[in-house]
Amino acid sequence: MTTSTDHGRPDPESSTLDLNRDGRSVSDRGETVCVIGAGPSGLTAIKNLTEHGFGVDCYERETGVGGVWNWRHDRSPVYASTHLISSRPLTQFPDFPMPDDWPDYPHHSQLLSYLERYADHFDLRRHVWFGTEVVRVEPVDGDRWDVTTRSTGGYGPERTSRYAAVVVANGHNWSPKLPDYEGLAEFRGDVMHAAAYQDPAQLRGRRVLVVGAGNTGCDIAAEAAQQAAHCWHSTRRGYWYAPKYLLGRPADQLNDVLLALRLPRRLRQWLFHRLLRASVGDLTRFGLPRPDHRMLETHPIVNSQLVYYLSHGRVTPVPDAVRFHPDSVELADGRQVDPELVVFATGYLPRFEFLDPKILGDDGMTGRPALWLNAFVPNHPTLAVAGLVQPDSGVFPLSHWQSVLFARLLRLRETRPSKAAAFAATVTARAGERYAGPVKESSRHWFEVGHADYLRALQRALHNLEAK
Amino acid sequence: MSQQVRVIRGREWARPVRPVRREVLEAVPGLDEGRPPLLFVPGFGHGAWAFAEHWLGHAVERGFSGYALSLRGQSGSGPAPEATLRAYAHDVVQAAAGLPRQAVLVGHGAGALVVAHALARYPARAAVLVAPVLGGWATAVAALRRNPLGTLPALVGGRLRYSRAQLFGPELSPDEARRHLSRLGRPARRAQWQLLFGREPEPAVGDPPVLVLGSPEDRVVPRSALTRAARRYASAPLFFPGMGHDLMLDAGWREPIDAILDWLEKEPSGG
Ligand SMILES: Cc1cc2nc3c(=O)[nH]c(=O)nc-3n(C[C@H](O)[C@H](O)[C@H](O)COP(=O)(O)OP(=O)(O)OC[C@H]3O[C@@H](n4cnc5c(N)ncnc54)[C@H](O)[C@@H]3O)c2cc1C
Ligand SMILES: NC(=O)c1ccc[n+]([C@@H]2O[C@H](COP(=O)([O-])OP(=O)(O)OC[C@H]3O[C@@H](n4cnc5c(N)ncnc54)[C@H](OP(=O)(O)O)[C@@H]3O)[C@@H](O)[C@H]2O)c1
Repeated sequence: MTTSTDHGRPDPESSTLDLNRDGRSVSDRGETVCVIGAGPSGLTAIKNLTEHGFGVDCYERETGVGGVWNWRHDRSPVYASTHLISSRPLTQFPDFPMPDDWPDYPHHSQLLSYLERYADHFDLRRHVWFGTEVVRVEPVDGDRWDVTTRSTGGYGPERTSRYAAVVVANGHNWSPKLPDYEGLAEFRGDVMHAAAYQDPAQLRGRRVLVVGAGNTGCDIAAEAAQQAAHCWHSTRRGYWYAPKYLLGRPADQLNDVLLALRLPRRLRQWLFHRLLRASVGDLTRFGLPRPDHRMLETHPIVNSQLVYYLSHGRVTPVPDAVRFHPDSVELADGRQVDPELVVFATGYLPRFEFLDPKILGDDGMTGRPALWLNAFVPNHPTLAVAGLVQPDSGVFPLSHWQSVLFARLLRLRETRPSKAAAFAATVTARAGERYAGPVKESSRHWFEVGHADYLRALQRALHNLEAK
Repeated sequence: MSQQVRVIRGREWARPVRPVRREVLEAVPGLDEGRPPLLFVPGFGHGAWAFAEHWLGHAVERGFSGYALSLRGQSGSGPAPEATLRAYAHDVVQAAAGLPRQAVLVGHGAGALVVAHALARYPARAAVLVAPVLGGWATAVAALRRNPLGTLPALVGGRLRYSRAQLFGPELSPDEARRHLSRLGRPARRAQWQLLFGREPEPAVGDPPVLVLGSPEDRVVPRSALTRAARRYASAPLFFPGMGHDLMLDAGWREPIDAILDWLEKEPSGG
């Protein structure tokens, strides 16, 4: 079954007990856990919580599962040509592999069908209310939570239900990060964020400036190279452009071969630098700036096409944009270019609009919560965030283990409260811990994690939790 | 089996198992009543055919969809002379994850060991170990005692041969027995070696209920081994006296499959 518009649960169950909050009625969902979002992280949270015997209510603002990977969703940032950058074995859930005859880097439509099969296989949709948006999540006494929902788009009345615990799995690739420039409002060309980019037809025959060299910016620049009349690619620093294959295997699998050999990070960096120099060579010959950092110190770019089109002269690398004029864009080196379309591939910012920022320890509203394992919240033992990681691998295995750990923690709160209390103390003591080596300061890097370091820390937490 | 959960899987990430074409025979009831599908995993030398003979059809009659897999290198699956236990477990997990719903894994003989390994990588609805050969020294010693000529060569990397008396009880007609014996294939050498001296399976994920069954007269798996296997999963074995090792092919094949389906219907997480 691969329907994409789902009905999920037919109707909210009636309350077992009517409570009250500021005059509104609150239905008590008892020991049920609430999951926010039915993307990959939300789905694996439902699966692992039900596997551990919990009741689950999941709210999803869209009409289907899959999150980012469901391109029908109005907030989905995937474009027609999106293929994975993390290879299959490092992306799939650890206990539900993708078909082994799929390519190393499947297409986004395959990812959606994989997630739909995951949902069907484990019968997850019966836990999901689709078309329902969470608007508020508030703590109440006894470590419980009042979750207020309404139909997506603001129709209909709000409903509040009380839960024993909450998993926030709302994703972090939907709220565009848009830089501001002097003169941008007067610019006569078209301006869009990459979130609205769907199809190369949008670029066809036009002069295009792409800003940003995350994986999105590089993918779009490579498409513009084939479709646009001209493509400038603006980056504010030099990067390492890793191809999808190195030494005959997917680049991330090579990294894992080196990790399995326990090579220290410095040595891996040195090896990767040598490998890239030996294969693609010194990219400053195409006019790109020299990287201002070592490999693995920015979120990895995995793209075999961009360098190819640079070598064809189909992409002109340019420095940072500094100012917009009505008919041109001024660059950091003083040059002016005259694009008809500017695409800001400047990334996304995590947002938890339904939560008081203080709860996640983000009092300064910097958008950088202080959590342990990027998931566990000091002083709120029944709240967890899933998928707030930017790994050098796929995201799904990390989300899977986060929710396994949370499910076991919730169990222990009943069976061995002292263990759960010790865990809570660790969360407070170690909130903000990092799982990557040094990275470049940038809004996108505070939650960058090395998957091996991260999962090792998580495995330790799991073993400590279960130790006698 | 008191090992800890394993999160880090460097080998799976860096060196994934290569795919080999899989033969899966299936029998699906006309009306889907929501029962969990059964995935049958044959032991070494056997293929999906061993279950297609009686058990698949019988499961369908009782409203269960049944799928029988041939491990790589066996029967209709693609060739794989270098197959390992890890590759076999990979095949089982792939086949299970390809089914529409959470599956019950049913392993026979050494296929039960493959299932035990697969259980660490796939949260099965339930598992059934039929005359399980779970490996280790005890298996080697038992096999040597009962069939020295067939087993000795296997210990030095040669071919493992089964005799008629090991696989079937006295009630099966000699013609049928001969027909089945002629279909037996040759297991991969490395997997055969790992069966005897390989790693213990990791703990199962998702805490599935496990049923162990066999025959007290099985000349491959002694009664004590059945009891030991069941104890690992905190249960007791079901016995089907008078039968040989191949419970799905022997004359009394109906009783054990009925017992499996009855158990699934009663299991709260099963039918
Ligand atoms: C172009 C692109 C390519 C990528 N490529 C890879 C890759 O190769 N490998 C990889 O591992 N990752 C990749 N990612 C990262 C991707 O985000 C993750 O794979 C994965 O989708 C994260 O899952 P998630 O469930 O945490 O978030 P999402 O997929 O974003 O899902 C969040 C869900 O929560 C719902 N939601 C949000 N707020 C609310 C609310 N208030 N109420 C109710 N529901 C809500 C959303 O509608 C959505 O369905 C890519 C991302 C992009 C943008
Ligand atoms: N094919 C795929 O699978 C694929 C495709 C796209 C995206 N993704 C994933 O999706 C996530 C988001 O990727 P993304 O590329 O959209 O965003 P991203 O990784 O955050 O990259 C944003 C880029 O824009 C630059 N930038 C940010 N703010 C800027 C500013 N004010 N001025 C100039 N430049 C600015 C950043 O530079 P700095 O270096 O200074 O930060 C960076 O180069 C990532 O996890 C990524 O791996 C995967």
